[in-house]
Amino acid sequence: MRVQLFGTCLVDSFFPEVGEATLKLFRRFGVTAVFPRGQTCCGQPAFNAGYADDARAAAAHFLSVFDGDAPIVTPSGSCAAMVKHHYPVLFRTDPVMNAKAERAAGRIYELSQFLVRFLRAHESGLAGKGTVTYHSSCHLARSLGVRDEPLILLQSMKGVRFVPMPDATRCCGFGGTFMAKLPEISCALADEKADSILATGADTVTGCDAGCLMNIGDAMKKRANFVQVRHIAQVLAEEL
Amino acid sequence: MSDVQTSLAFRANAARAIKDAPMRAAMRQAADTFGAKRADAFASVADLEALRDRASALRLQVLDRLQEYEEMFASRATRAGATVHRAKDASSAREIIARILADRGAKTVVKSKSMVSEEIHLNAHLEKEGLTVLETDLGEYIIQLVGETPSHIIVPAIHKNRQQVGRLFAEKLGVEYTEDPQVLTKIARRTIREKFLTADAGLSGANFAAAASGSLVLFTNEGNGRMVTTVPPLHIAILSLEKMIPSLADLPTFIRLLPRSATGQSITSYVSVITGTRKPGEATGAKELHIVLLDNGRTEILSGECREILKCIRCGACMNVCPVYRTVGGHSYGWTYPGPMGIILTTLLTGMAKSHPLVDASTLCGACVEVCPVHIPLVDLFLRLRERRVREGFSRPMEKRGMRVFGKAAASPSLFSAGQYLSRTFWPLVRALGGKDVAGRLPRPAKVPFHRRVP
Repeated sequence: MRVQLFGTCLVDSFFPEVGEATLKLFRRFGVTAVFPRGQTCCGQPAFNAGYADDARAAAAHFLSVFDGDAPIVTPSGSCAAMVKHHYPVLFRTDPVMNAKAERAAGRIYELSQFLVRFLRAHESGLAGKGTVTYHSSCHLARSLGVRDEPLILLQSMKGVRFVPMPDATRCCGFGGTFMAKLPEISCALADEKADSILATGADTVTGCDAGCLMNIGDAMKKRANFVQVRHIAQVLAEEL
Repeated sequence: MSDVQTSLAFRANAARAIKDAPMRAAMRQAADTFGAKRADAFASVADLEALRDRASALRLQVLDRLQEYEEMFASRATRAGATVHRAKDASSAREIIARILADRGAKTVVKSKSMVSEEIHLNAHLEKEGLTVLETDLGEYIIQLVGETPSHIIVPAIHKNRQQVGRLFAEKLGVEYTEDPQVLTKIARRTIREKFLTADAGLSGANFAAAASGSLVLFTNEGNGRMVTTVPPLHIAILSLEKMIPSLADLPTFIRLLPRSATGQSITSYVSVITGTRKPGEATGAKELHIVLLDNGRTEILSGECREILKCIRCGACMNVCPVYRTVGGHSYGWTYPGPMGIILTTLLTGMAKSHPLVDASTLCGACVEVCPVHIPLVDLFLRLRERRVREGFSRPMEKRGMRVFGKAAASPSLFSAGQYLSRTFWPLVRALGGKDVAGRLPRPAKVPFHRRVP
């Protein structure tokens, strides 16, 4: 199977190890991952702040880079939701671009969703270690409807003890530009999330979105603890 | 406080509220309790999705033919003995109500909960005209005693804990301090009850107005709503146009949805249907009924891209689950309606110039959309309003330029890489310029970005 990998700008700039773990997973399942050159950002920062024109510029570039029919897989629920739900709307008045957007929307998947649905990775005996808890990112769960896949994957791992997080679906306060525009609220929410994480006693907190994990990581840094904040790709690829 | 709108200071309001530990504890407890009760209450409703779809369709049907329903309601209510007034804006509504009261020589008014009356700042106006206005809903009574405004549309005093209420009662009512909610409720009831019997007029809102019969519908729990609307000889009801439902036959849909969404009750203690005035042979009901239909910007919203906010049935479920609302409290939003629905209504009713920072007051997490009983696409509306803010020129010039640069860089891999390289190389500078509360929370960019590591 061939897929196109969309790394996302956050992974590209801040967390390349998440991209590398994703590639390891693809190799493990015999998937040929193509990394379309020239990819940048899905455009969410501009879109969520109300700058439709600037978001359209980013989206048009994305659509020209991600051409073809292969599934597009990305280690981010938020970016997948952007392409799936907002690209067609951004180009609603342009039939040619709209058709392109619809085609991309129809073939983009978030990593855990793809691993479960197409590769049945939860039946493959992936292994890891330690006690892991999971933060359910908002766009992943509510916009893409990916609620169970990450849990199924984590619970299937040999050597991993999964512990549920209280209020796992409550927003961590990242919200893209929200973290910059209303930092006091963003930090208060991240702090509450840190409380929930510490209450589980887990040694690792994971999730499917680098943005949320970055925000959570910052809140955790301000507390005395040994909890590791890792993307689900890293947890799943632990022993590959 | 607070007939003055402070939405422009949302960030400062919120930053202050975040440090208010008792408020945050009270909010957390109340919001979580309501959220959990709501989930329990709907667990037994097998056809919940069908119910929400039907409610949404009914509300849209009303919006599509609002003028028709409004006219039908007015003519049927008039036939049943009510006098219907139309108020274009807040000041005309205040004047209509003040005139009705003055013409009848009314001095004292008892009031049941009405957010529309808060929206038009009715109490302050009537008090200026020399009237005594008493809020009879327990929560409203508490905040009237403190001189605040409601911080939640269903639970006005949600931000107060019982110790604060105990101290307030001791100070204002001269009773012995207690923090037992039951005793406090009894004290309030005793104080309020005698006023019902002597009041010249009762003032209420309405949850719905059934067009086909010209009936007002009120959902209440404390019994005060029924007292306000039936004991005094004169009843004035104020409601905004979009409260219409086609007919009482549609009420069961909303009886099943509204109390469950609001407080997690399968039904409120009282559901009052008021059709016109007291008829010969009837034992209760006001002898004179005036209904004020308030537009105050609704017609304009109706023709715009955010019209779906008018489907709102004021259950408050969106605020109970909103991570921002539960953290900053209702007063931070700076006007009558807080939380997700409040952001949208405030922006539309008071205008971008007075409210634009509110459109940022969501992480776009979508928890509100998940619980809205009438499927208002709240996140889509936030996004539309953010676009409108840019269009109307209320975004910061710096941000605007920044986004232009972002758009160009996102469309050009070489520019994008150059940006990455610069921010990595000059990271200490970026951090210093970006401030410790923003850039200071980001990790240092990786030495080699992912796209250069891919084989």
